[in-house]
Amino acid sequence: MNPKDLKYSKDHDWARVEGNVVTLGITDHAQESLGDVVFVELPAVGATVSAGQSYGTVESVKAVSDIVAAVSGSVIAVNEAILDAPDTLNQDPYGQGWLVRVEATDRSAMEAMMNAEEYDAYLAAEGDH
Amino acid sequence: MKGLEPLIFEYSAPGRSGVSLPSLDVPTRDSASLIPSGMLRTTEPELPEAAEVDVVRHFTRLSTFNHGVDTGFYPLGSCTMKYNPKVNEMLARLPGFANVHPYQPEELTQGTLQLMGELQADLGEITGMDAFTLQPAAGAHGEMTGILIIKAYHAFQKDAKRRKVIVPDSAHGTNPATAAMAGFEIVQVPSNARGGVDIEQLRQVATDEVAAFMLTNPNTLGLFDENIKEIADIIHGVGGLLYYDGANANAILGIARPGDMGFDVVHLNLHKTFSTPHGGGGPGSGPVGVKDFLAPFLPKPVVVRKQDESYTLDHDRPLSIGKVRAFYTNFSVVVRAYAYIRSLGGEGLKQASENAVLNANYLMAVLKAHYHLPFDRVCMHEFVITPKNLKSYGVHTLDIAKRLLDYGYHPPTIYFPLIVEEAMMIEPTETESVETLDQFAETLVKIADEVRADAALVKSAPHTTLITRLDEVGAARKPDLRWRKG
Repeated sequence: MNPKDLKYSKDHDWARVEGNVVTLGITDHAQESLGDVVFVELPAVGATVSAGQSYGTVESVKAVSDIVAAVSGSVIAVNEAILDAPDTLNQDPYGQGWLVRVEATDRSAMEAMMNAEEYDAYLAAEGDH
Repeated sequence: MKGLEPLIFEYSAPGRSGVSLPSLDVPTRDSASLIPSGMLRTTEPELPEAAEVDVVRHFTRLSTFNHGVDTGFYPLGSCTMKYNPKVNEMLARLPGFANVHPYQPEELTQGTLQLMGELQADLGEITGMDAFTLQPAAGAHGEMTGILIIKAYHAFQKDAKRRKVIVPDSAHGTNPATAAMAGFEIVQVPSNARGGVDIEQLRQVATDEVAAFMLTNPNTLGLFDENIKEIADIIHGVGGLLYYDGANANAILGIARPGDMGFDVVHLNLHKTFSTPHGGGGPGSGPVGVKDFLAPFLPKPVVVRKQDESYTLDHDRPLSIGKVRAFYTNFSVVVRAYAYIRSLGGEGLKQASENAVLNANYLMAVLKAHYHLPFDRVCMHEFVITPKNLKSYGVHTLDIAKRLLDYGYHPPTIYFPLIVEEAMMIEPTETESVETLDQFAETLVKIADEVRADAALVKSAPHTTLITRLDEVGAARKPDLRWRKG
């Protein structure tokens, strides 16, 4: 189930807003499509990310994928644990599998993101292709 | 491989040798007097010491563990694993070709120079381009050469604002990688519902900052982009150039020419399209062809024919991007390509492409009743199917690929192109008989039946190979890359 309190992008990234801090990750569908994740590359704390731009990569046995930032801002925390145990992304993409927390300076790009219901519908439609 | 065949090091015994060298009959000098001490090794290299018979048996046994085009069907999409005629091998091994040295004077290498000059002309005719270089060592190297030529051209025009290269989302990863290596910014353009370039999206990103658009046509879905003339107009309209990735040239020989479609730069993979055994790392050859206005920028030297009809390597090219390789070409591949083109001739090449396309469409038509076909239209030399119809059984493309190994087939390319989920990309090539295609199709149909009856059998495949299912996650996370003395 895709949690109700998150926002979702067409690239299968999610964002959780808590005050001015936005936590970013990839969706359950993303981890399922990627298969076993073997490496995660994330920016350092203090790095700047821009909405719509790649801020890191997730590598699985199948492919290397960019992860796209939902907001602009600076990185205030990085999930170090996931760098050593990337399989956490497969097991718990919405919990222990979070990637970075960003102090947002611009959240306008999030307006185009989907809520859980819309994202479910988007997945269903995409599956019909 | 452990248990199947020891490593060559494990055959080693101190003092054992496969050769006996003659005694030294020249004065000796201490190596310390010839090589600076900082560069002189202090320990002996730990090379294996083995008898000739053990070495021969070791490598012969290893060779029997391989699957190659000479042992079975190899429908690895995008790789054009056609059967390579043995006459090519014979010709490449002619002493006059095999033993030639790049530092020999040109009067003594006229035959090799002539062959290269004539091949450049042949490739020009086949692709509709005006000038060719044979320098690049393989496909991606050709891409790099081509994009550097485009960069040099814009720089010569003092057109500094062209920082972008457009690449479709169906492109081979080498396209954006090449453009990034050459210092460009990558702009990705999505595919439309028919699997071609989305023209409207292309229009939006086509600006006067675009240096080039890189296109594989037919693309990695095996589909010919019918809008190519319009695409060329859009890109040329903003002053950009068109780059043709020749990865899929096997579909169009003698039928369509990139030069006529509006492309300005082309690379070919001689080892694929023009028949050299490949896979496993080489050798390759990635000639680059250009239209006249780009010829001055080709890497130097270029083989040219002089007034007196002899051939020479022309180094006097002031606008050239320079050398991209120490010596002119991977010559043995060039000989094979020349032999292939000359033995098939124009009609033969055309027939080869027609049969490649026919074979792919035949397989696609048979398989589409049993697998999901995301783009249901006439394909070129390859097509993409997926096991989406079998998704409820928890079986993935990887499992089907592994199960094919049990039946003695090399699997298709899997999980590419990225725009199709669970892609299986099948390229049968022209050299396969209808019986081979039927057997392969029957096997894939049988595997689909197996999935429905006993998914676990397929999910744990392969069962009959020397090595069974690999731990790919373990291999990626904790790779064991080096043998260490026990």
